[in-house]
Amino acid sequence: MSQKVLLNSKEVNIILHRLACQLIENHDDFSETVLIGIQPRGKFLADRLAQMLKEDYRIKNIQIGHLDITFFRDDFRRGDKPLEANTTEIDFIVEGKNVVFIDDVLYTGRSIRSALTAIQSFGRPNNIELLTLIDRRFSRHLPIQPNYRGRQVDAIDNQKVKVNWIENGGEDAVYLIDK
Amino acid sequence: MSELSVKHLLGIKYLTKEDIDLIFETADQFKEVINRPIKKVPSLRDITIANLFFENSTRTKLSFELAEKRLSADVINFSASQSSVKKGETLIDTVNNILSMKVDMVVMRHPNPGAGVFLSKHVNASIINAGDGAHEHPTQALLDSYSIRERLGSVKGKNVVIVGDILHSRVALSNIYALQLQCANVMVCGPKTLLPKYIKDLGVKVETNLRKALEWCDVANMLRVQNERMDISYFPTTREYTQQFGVNKELLDSLNKDIVIMHPGPINRGVEITSDVADSKQAIILDQVENGVAVRMAVIYLLASKIKQ
Repeated sequence: MSQKVLLNSKEVNIILHRLACQLIENHDDFSETVLIGIQPRGKFLADRLAQMLKEDYRIKNIQIGHLDITFFRDDFRRGDKPLEANTTEIDFIVEGKNVVFIDDVLYTGRSIRSALTAIQSFGRPNNIELLTLIDRRFSRHLPIQPNYRGRQVDAIDNQKVKVNWIENGGEDAVYLIDK
Repeated sequence: MSELSVKHLLGIKYLTKEDIDLIFETADQFKEVINRPIKKVPSLRDITIANLFFENSTRTKLSFELAEKRLSADVINFSASQSSVKKGETLIDTVNNILSMKVDMVVMRHPNPGAGVFLSKHVNASIINAGDGAHEHPTQALLDSYSIRERLGSVKGKNVVIVGDILHSRVALSNIYALQLQCANVMVCGPKTLLPKYIKDLGVKVETNLRKALEWCDVANMLRVQNERMDISYFPTTREYTQQFGVNKELLDSLNKDIVIMHPGPINRGVEITSDVADSKQAIILDQVENGVAVRMAVIYLLASKIKQ
């Protein structure tokens, strides 16, 4: 198993700042916007971006939630491993809001399809956008594309893209791993 | 650990501590789901579940049906009083006929102990025991422990007394197994005639004085006297039973601590528990009912994930 560094900590930081600025361009003061991190791994990216928007860009009212999509996935009973649920923490209604889904890697698009269904339990958003740190283009199973992307990657199916965060016991870095 | 060790839920006796932890962790997520504006998830949209009730039930049947519908399963209901069982059909024949209609899971309540185990050996579907005679009622015990965990933080090390008709109670036996698996201390309390002869062999404390039992415990689970299962008289009068084993406000107030009061329902107000106790802040009876749906969703979800396509 070999691995290659796609992004190091400095590059991740630069990209996060760019993504934060792109969000500000489109969402102004975020009064009508909510950020939703897709569990389990989109949580770290969402939290980091929210923190950056608050501390570095002085945006006061960032609403952030974490959405678990386990019960909405389309591969229940189809895989070898059972699906393990994570916590959903959304203590607001998304009715009429601009929702930004945040996930670390966009691969087949199936997780985002599930998230689109899952978010309906919390109301009818005005619109939904997608932000992803890594976009594995050419791997999509569904017609889903990100509105904000950190880095586009061409990876083949037997490679894995792994995003590490300091909060998750490591350093900020993205690796391409040959399985 | 993200999978149950069993294919059926026939009794707590067959579960491990890890199974119970997994069920509770999953139930936490479902509890969040059932408090959303839209309380439904699509996980089990390709699963069909039959609810077979050979004995009367209100709460359990509604709770199971709601749990199944919240998971988007297709549900068929069957009650013995309106069925061909009256025409002499055997249990296996009845169930196999239902399974021929492509049913994946069976939830069954039956008056005979061991009916679930028997069925699991003869039919090809996941079985959930929703009460078999005076034997086990596993989902009730799970939701009871889940409610204790919710109120007191954990079940481990807590003193729990089960009061009342232990002899005829499937809730008591399942609760004893479940509480002991989670390292709680269990006591049973009731008239000697309603305590099974060898109950001490299960490792529980036995007490016939209600006040002493309540002084010892953190949680009291009050059971109903199951008159319908009694073929002889086990105590002189209901009034005398209430005087000795009924919990009232004066008795609770005279203790030097606040204990948690539970009841699996249906309550006989004024017999095992007075109205002011049942409706007090110490009682978590309605929390138990709410948690019942979340815990049953977790059990059904985890068992369904083991049904391969």
